[in-house]
Amino acid sequence: MKIVVCIKQVPATSDAKIDPETKRIVREGVKAVLNPFDTYAVEEAVQLRARFGGEVIALTMGPERAAIALKECISVGADRGVLHADRAIAGSDTWATSYVLSQAILAIGGVDLVLCGKQAIDGDTAQVGPGIAAHLGWLQATYVMKVDDATATGLRVRRMHEDGYDVCDVDFPAVLTVVKDINVPRIPTLRGRLAAEKAEIPVWKPADIGCAPELIGLDGSPTRVVRTQPPPPRSGTTTVLDGSARDSARALVAELRRRSIL
Amino acid sequence: MQIRSESDKAGFRNVWVVAEVLSGKVQPVTHELLGAARPLADARGSEVWAVVLGSGVADGAPALAAYGADAVVVVDDARLAGFTDEVEARVLCRLIDEHRPEIVLCGATTRGRALIPRVAVMARAGLTADCTELGIDPENGDLLQTRPAFGGNILATIRCSSHRPQMSTVRPRVMKAPAPDPSRRARILRADVTPSDASLLKRVVEVFHDANAAFNLADAPIIVSGGRGMKGPDGFELLKRLAARVGGAVGASRAAVDAGWIPYTHQVGQTGQTVQTQVYVACAISGQIQHLVGMQSSDLIVAIDKNPDTPMMKMADIAVVGDVFEVVPALIDEIPKL
Ligand SMILES: Cc1cc2nc3c(=O)[nH]c(=O)nc-3n(C[C@H](O)[C@H](O)[C@H](O)COP(=O)(O)OP(=O)(O)OC[C@H]3O[C@@H](n4cnc5c(N)ncnc54)[C@H](O)[C@@H]3O)c2cc1C
Ligand SMILES: Nc1ncnc2c1ncn2[C@@H]1O[C@H](COP(=O)(O)O)[C@@H](O)[C@H]1O
Repeated sequence: MKIVVCIKQVPATSDAKIDPETKRIVREGVKAVLNPFDTYAVEEAVQLRARFGGEVIALTMGPERAAIALKECISVGADRGVLHADRAIAGSDTWATSYVLSQAILAIGGVDLVLCGKQAIDGDTAQVGPGIAAHLGWLQATYVMKVDDATATGLRVRRMHEDGYDVCDVDFPAVLTVVKDINVPRIPTLRGRLAAEKAEIPVWKPADIGCAPELIGLDGSPTRVVRTQPPPPRSGTTTVLDGSARDSARALVAELRRRSIL
Repeated sequence: MQIRSESDKAGFRNVWVVAEVLSGKVQPVTHELLGAARPLADARGSEVWAVVLGSGVADGAPALAAYGADAVVVVDDARLAGFTDEVEARVLCRLIDEHRPEIVLCGATTRGRALIPRVAVMARAGLTADCTELGIDPENGDLLQTRPAFGGNILATIRCSSHRPQMSTVRPRVMKAPAPDPSRRARILRADVTPSDASLLKRVVEVFHDANAAFNLADAPIIVSGGRGMKGPDGFELLKRLAARVGGAVGASRAAVDAGWIPYTHQVGQTGQTVQTQVYVACAISGQIQHLVGMQSSDLIVAIDKNPDTPMMKMADIAVVGDVFEVVPALIDEIPKL
């Protein structure tokens, strides 16, 4: 089974700050991490390979330093990593990103299964996975919470929904996006760390794999961010109750009654 | 598709809402989107259309008029029985090709988020996820799509000036559903699934409905929500008692969910659910931005925390300074049993 895991290096958003002057995100000094949702995709790929043999390839599109995130994947079992980095892809939105990734998947060749995280915590769009499937014209299963059964030709998976879940059969080639219920990612072993350290990460360019220049980067992206601003504060004043617990409880209940909530 | 000139743009008209129908029932998010679509269509002097895809969905279609649909496109076909997003995407793309909507809105639900990115890629259209505000640039009809990014730390406004249709998803409960007007009527248009639409198929084998899944939370008029300061599962038992007293549901911060005190389906926030309740009672939740984005549009926010300076206490309408283990039992005492 040849599996590609699409991973992304993201800023740790809990640290994200807005520059009060420029109203832009401060990126300097913000730690970059492997998108947490992608760790589940890597683990699932490694588990499938343990059962069916084959190869797990971690793929990312991003700046040169994203090679570190690929090495993280190798440390927990991926066989190799492919970094797609080039100035021409800067500014790609989810349309263009999923296009480049789909071309890279075709260039890798013979891929049965593509695994993605549910979403990336910086963009939070959850669009890239289905986008890749659309570009490739492959089947997809999103929000996968469990692989019930696997054969060399396809998977039986559970898809999580707001109102429960469903079970479906997807034939290869297919694209899955996974949620965190699917497995418990392993931590790297010493051997894994050594493999990661030694691994050479090839850097691919869009032109090498036949990406159409008008479909990548800013030019290839239908969406444009035209403004960023901090979220507006909630209007209205705060009534503070700071007496004894009993007094506060009484005052609160009285207020809820006044508003006909109780 | 890519727009080369202003006259290309003029070929695209109307605001579409892709309906979400589960077990034959139109979901509230569809009504909310119809409400959001109305001012956009008015600004463009165009119509609001709903698109209903599924099996056994035709009966519910006319009722969408009450929420503002001027026309409803119905694709009712047994092959759409399970959620086969590949087939739905093809059908929707054909409809978009034929009717050329200017704007397409869809719920940011698990199904919507599976279907609509596929459609956007196939239609070469821009798609913006989880919009919290939608406006129109009167100059050129560009949709101004505002969404939180970087974990809610910033709001970004996005345009797709050179592509049509313009597509957005909106989370449930972010927009308000209009009051239904039962006297409104809509044109019903029927469309088919072609054999080639249905040629790429995964098989949905079984569907499990969990009545206790996340839905209850969003439907509750009052949510009593707990954070790290609840200290453990026992703290949540206390909140359950308060919630039962007021006819509400229990929510949680991610810190409490990650600690394993309560299941993920209760999580409110960026990576949990968005709720818009009458009253949100935040108990020992500090109010980090990722939590606030999931509940800040509630009508009344009550916070209980021993620290008066947390973001939650600052934004609350009523901030109770005190120990949750004293205030919550006192509240349970003060509220008569129903
Ligand atoms: C990408 C990303 C996504 C995230 N998504 C979400 C999300 O969807 N939802 C979410 O909630 N969080 C989310 N978070 C986490 C978020 O940043 C916060 O870490 C989390 O919300 C904190 O939870 P808390 O308020 O319960 O805990 P804390 O911040 O630790 O706050 C605990 C509060 O309890 C008070 N307290 C303690 N003891 C008592 C007592 N006895 N009586 C009264 N008060 C007491 C303290 O004063 C404090 O204010 C996300 C983070 C990231 C990076
Ligand atoms: N630049 C990228 N390189 C590789 N994979 C990506 C990239 N962006 C997104 N993905 C994958 O797509 C998933 C969804 O991302 P998003 O649509 O940005 O929320 C992620 O969890 C990754 O698996």
